[in-house]
Amino acid sequence: MTTFTPSTPSQTLSTVQWAVAEEAPLEILGHGSKRGIGRPQQSEHTLDLSKLTGVTLYEPAELVLSARAGTPLAEIEALLAESGQQLAFEPMDYGPLLGGTPGKGTIGGVLAANLSGPRRLKAGAARDHILGISAVAGRGEAFKSGGRVVKNVTGYDLSKLMANSWGTLAVLTDVTFKVLPAAETEITLAIRGLLDDAATAAMALALGSSAEVSSAAHLPERVAARVATGQLGSDAATLLRVEGFGPSVAYRVAALKQLLGKAGPLQEIAGESSKAIWRDVRDCVPFADGTEKPVWRVSMAPSQAHQMVLTLRMQAGVSAFYDWQGGLIWLRMEAGDPEANLLRGLIRKHGGGHATLVRAAPAHRAAVPVFEPQPPHLAALSARLKAEFDPKHILNPGRMAPGSGSATLNPTTEGAAS
Amino acid sequence: MSGLAMPKPDDATMRRRDEIVADMRIIVPGEGVVDAENSMRAFESDGLTAYRQLPLVVVLPETVAQVSRVLKYCNDRNIRVVPRGSGTSLSGGALPLEDAVLLVMSRFNRILEIDFPNRAVVAQPGVTNLGITTAVEQEGFYYAPDPSSQIACSIGGNVAENSGGVHCLKYGLTANNVLGIEMVLMNGEVVRLGGRHLDSEGYDLLGVMTGSEGLLGVVTEVTVRILKTPETARALLIGFPTSEQGGQCVADIIGAGIIPGGMEMMDRPAIHAAEDFVHAGYPLDVEALLIVELDGPGVEVDHLIGLVEAIAYKNGSTTCRISQSEQERLSFWAGRKAAFPAVGRISPDYYCMDGTIPRKELPRVLAGMRELSEKYGLGVANVFHAGDGNLHPLILYDANVPGELDKAESFGADILRLCVKVGGVLTGEHGVGVEKRDLMPEMFNQVDLDQQMRVKCAFDPNHLLNPGKVFPQLRRCAELGRMHVHRGQVAFPDIPRF
Repeated sequence: MTTFTPSTPSQTLSTVQWAVAEEAPLEILGHGSKRGIGRPQQSEHTLDLSKLTGVTLYEPAELVLSARAGTPLAEIEALLAESGQQLAFEPMDYGPLLGGTPGKGTIGGVLAANLSGPRRLKAGAARDHILGISAVAGRGEAFKSGGRVVKNVTGYDLSKLMANSWGTLAVLTDVTFKVLPAAETEITLAIRGLLDDAATAAMALALGSSAEVSSAAHLPERVAARVATGQLGSDAATLLRVEGFGPSVAYRVAALKQLLGKAGPLQEIAGESSKAIWRDVRDCVPFADGTEKPVWRVSMAPSQAHQMVLTLRMQAGVSAFYDWQGGLIWLRMEAGDPEANLLRGLIRKHGGGHATLVRAAPAHRAAVPVFEPQPPHLAALSARLKAEFDPKHILNPGRMAPGSGSATLNPTTEGAAS
Repeated sequence: MSGLAMPKPDDATMRRRDEIVADMRIIVPGEGVVDAENSMRAFESDGLTAYRQLPLVVVLPETVAQVSRVLKYCNDRNIRVVPRGSGTSLSGGALPLEDAVLLVMSRFNRILEIDFPNRAVVAQPGVTNLGITTAVEQEGFYYAPDPSSQIACSIGGNVAENSGGVHCLKYGLTANNVLGIEMVLMNGEVVRLGGRHLDSEGYDLLGVMTGSEGLLGVVTEVTVRILKTPETARALLIGFPTSEQGGQCVADIIGAGIIPGGMEMMDRPAIHAAEDFVHAGYPLDVEALLIVELDGPGVEVDHLIGLVEAIAYKNGSTTCRISQSEQERLSFWAGRKAAFPAVGRISPDYYCMDGTIPRKELPRVLAGMRELSEKYGLGVANVFHAGDGNLHPLILYDANVPGELDKAESFGADILRLCVKVGGVLTGEHGVGVEKRDLMPEMFNQVDLDQQMRVKCAFDPNHLLNPGKVFPQLRRCAELGRMHVHRGQVAFPDIPRF
């Protein structure tokens, strides 16, 4: 059992080459802030990238930042803030939900997990902001893709391929992200007391308006009390965030009030209170309860999500809240069983999507596919792609799916091939 | 073709042409198979007209099942296939091969579903880019990526090329606006990626498919995000005595936290050509002309116009006009949008390049281009997506003068080398295709290119789909799969271990 802690890309390359030669699987780690996501691993050795750090390029006027993959996200966010900039995709922090320390996580992990936040609706996820990478494939070869400019269609976009690959294709050594100006002003408009279906309709109306709503979440009754130290009270809150320059924000909030005045009682929340609410929605704080009760992260078409949850509630005890106009559902399974087949069957019946078991006891994570199983052709394609990057299965084997030491996704047989 | 090496035609396929055509007629009955030479002429080139080649046969399928059967048939018999949308590629992405079936997707021309609550449109790949906006604009929505060929180019082609446009600085490229696709692999398997939900359950295959130039699969359905049309748009037309000042103005606008809907720059030759052509009222005594468009609620646009105007003056602008009407805004754009045909008037032919550079390198690259222009004895005019650093140098030449096309191509290659040298890339939005294929080693080493080709191997192990594009040298997948194992080495002693 060895932990390798390289501090340069070339040391990282040497480590992977050694592992290839020895056919010794490696667990790839940044800060380990998301280590509890995926199937439990049994790799003999660990490749710890937390010393592979440093911002190597930051040019605010060019809207670009490059850093070694192990650079702390918190350090990057602080640096950007000094120039009034940010990662617009608002990467979430899994620390609170998984019982870890908040504020951990590396920039490489942000890409490997394709993190995003409530602004996903308008600004996209990590995949939408990555411009270039350097990485070491499981073949023991260092390669690069992309560049440092926003507009680039030169060759295949292997940078995007790293998004949501959870360290199973290559070990990232360097990443380059597009950065953007942070909004000058933000105001959140809360509609109070709506049930899930009315909230879904209100969010669709708001997103279909010219108000340029950047985030839309719905916290049902009681869940609302669990964000921003209870300042919202326990009545259901349907939250619409408006960001930008002051005069524009004021105008758009007024337009939203006009549009939604009949939907329910309205409440305006500004400044730090608004920021605190969205930070807690982003980090799934309502379910950060210190337990191992299973938590699912489900992505569906926004109009279908609440109906799926309604059906699910008839068969299982769940708490739920919604982000992304309703299309992102956070589910906590109150009885302790993940109910994976039930949930995934209902998602398929309601227009499709995917569910990831982001929190569960190791025994559940070993028994239940943590990542959504794919239809056979797609699973086979993913497996071939994995083999092209990591033919010896040395990078995070088994993390995304069980089976023969490979980290490929396992095919599903029931009804998913439609 | 000016020295462009394409894969050697396969003799066995060429000999079996009649049989292949007959089999295609069985798979795609009716008018869907074109094999007469005069009818195939319409397909012999795409938007990169310097290269022409008749295909083996043209097939226009109508159903996904037909696409699947054509591809499986070809895969089983080792026959190459070149997919084509509307044929507007500027890099030769849809250039036919002599021994390849040209699979034309233009009959997939229906919008399948408009879903306003989820702000999504499901379309067949042959629907034009503008066709999507047209279908939803009565409800006040639009599809944001707007390549200049949007009236003709297909949404399937947009996925293949990851198309951009003037508005992608603020609204993103095709990759950021596509939610899902259905595609057919070379072996005939039909695969769906994404849908109306966000993000992928596994590897981001949608991300790698977007911009893969028709080498990985044939897109048979596309789901895109639509957006609410901004309430208003206004533009500023700003002239500068030097390109450095124009470039600094762009940097300062972004430094002030403003991301305009569009930000375009033209150099002196482009300004003069455009003004002579459309009489847009452009100032002729400036070296750089900047169009900055701001869109959104009126109150926001007015606020930002004031900020941009102040930044322009601070940077020494000699002229700054602000559009007071929709008509005036469109007149600012008229010259920019007509820049290519305007340059076409002052030169018998022009060759459009597409490099991207870090914005701050603009003065250096423009100076380098002036030197190259003298060296090659050919003129060059520049239009520039200034917000995102995407240059479109237009090299002026005369194809009827022997050797001038070759000279223009060499000039273009030197410009792209310069772009890479200053930290940029070979192509911002037009694609590699055949045009920039042989320049790929300027940007990527062999290991980088091999890893890209291995992705190709996962999708199409026999290199049958659109071969001869993107990669300068095709290597067999078996060869690419071999591993060079550094056996017997211990992990380097300088790596900390615990």
